[in-house]
Amino acid sequence: MKIRVKVNGKPYEADVEPRTLLAYFLRETLKLTGTHIGCDTTTCGACTVLLDGKAVKSCTILAVQADGREVMTVEGLEKDGQLHPLQAAFWEEHALHCGYCTPGMLMASYALLQENPMPTEEEIRFGLSGNVCRCTGYMNIVKAVQSAARKLSVESREAVGEVATSGTAAD
Amino acid sequence: MFPNAFKYEAPASVDEAVRLLAEYGYDGKVLAGGQSLLPMMKLRVAAPAVLIDINGIDALQGWREVDGKLRVGAMTRHAELEHAAELRDKYPLFFQTARWIADPLIRNRGTIGGSLVHADPGSDWGAAMIALRAEVESRGPQGSRLIPVDEFFVDTFATALNEDELAVAVHVPSPKGPAASRYMKLERRAGDFAIAALAVHVALGNDGRVSEAGIGICACGPIPLRAAKAEAALIGRPLTEEAIVEASKLVPEDAEPADDLRGSAEYKRDVLRVFAARALRDIAKELQGKVGVQ
Repeated sequence: MKIRVKVNGKPYEADVEPRTLLAYFLRETLKLTGTHIGCDTTTCGACTVLLDGKAVKSCTILAVQADGREVMTVEGLEKDGQLHPLQAAFWEEHALHCGYCTPGMLMASYALLQENPMPTEEEIRFGLSGNVCRCTGYMNIVKAVQSAARKLSVESREAVGEVATSGTAAD
Repeated sequence: MFPNAFKYEAPASVDEAVRLLAEYGYDGKVLAGGQSLLPMMKLRVAAPAVLIDINGIDALQGWREVDGKLRVGAMTRHAELEHAAELRDKYPLFFQTARWIADPLIRNRGTIGGSLVHADPGSDWGAAMIALRAEVESRGPQGSRLIPVDEFFVDTFATALNEDELAVAVHVPSPKGPAASRYMKLERRAGDFAIAALAVHVALGNDGRVSEAGIGICACGPIPLRAAKAEAALIGRPLTEEAIVEASKLVPEDAEPADDLRGSAEYKRDVLRVFAARALRDIAKELQGKVGVQ
């Protein structure tokens, strides 16, 4: 079946078998291997991407279901060679060990901050409850999301002129 | 992992979907949110020859109140019901239940209709719809019908829907009088199916006595079950501590839990009793002062 999908802002057209899962379409057809496949049974969240802005498990959606829609993968976070504040925060707070869950953690965190820009620790843990890390636990992941939330809120206040200089970051 | 190959159909209307169901018969399987069906297909537990994807049918989305009932479209996603501010006051059991279903990512895809039709005894919506005395609206070649939830679940993974019928909505009666509800769930880990869960809905009449009592049991039998004895024990009485203790002891009598890796049957029965008491105490507190007599 022919499908047209916008991925990270770029339009793609491809011919896919109906049984192709979105995660495999992204990785094998589009060669966007940032999206990881972990458990393959809708449990771990490593394959999390945004479909029309909503965080979903791409191993449990057919590629044909993304026809005419927009997908954002972890490759879409970086802008002009600059890590997204969430990515930078994961780096700074050591929010990863082996890194396998990280793309999914980033995308789920991104979706969470879109809906709730300043979540509490409890809200972060609840929001990331569909993403499993088997290395280190969740302490530093939570810290990274909190740190990114603070940075993003300063950035957005600067953008509307509420913060005079960039030297007054809340953290 | 890949599913077996299948033919893919994506109807744009309910009529077209019903026609496809009639055309393909046993070979056809409806794809709603896909959060149970696609994993089953990947594990090759299910291998439908034709997948009829109803995600593109706008008429199956959203909710509205009609004739003293709330009608929720079958393709309404769990996350929408979790976040629907306008349903919180009058129909709180929807958000109370939705937030317990799997995890936020799955809730963005999974649907209330898909969950009910899948008829997993561990479905959170099953217990909640029992508590609210819902009806499932179906459409088939012969037209529409409303199936009371107590007749809808036939056995594990089996419903009263005919092969050529599509569940299009679920109807829930509006509460008459001040009402409150709770969804209580015990899981082994976040996002898991329940060890045991309980949905409780109570409305009070003008005299402060219980006029509506709905208690649905999740994951403790082949289908979602009604705690009918406990409901009967509450009707016509004020929600006193005595009534709460008496009713909560009756809840396990209508449960049929099995010993399994989630816990022993005895343990699950006790969880249900404790959940019933906690839920009813919370509800009594919430409804205090909402009617003249207490």
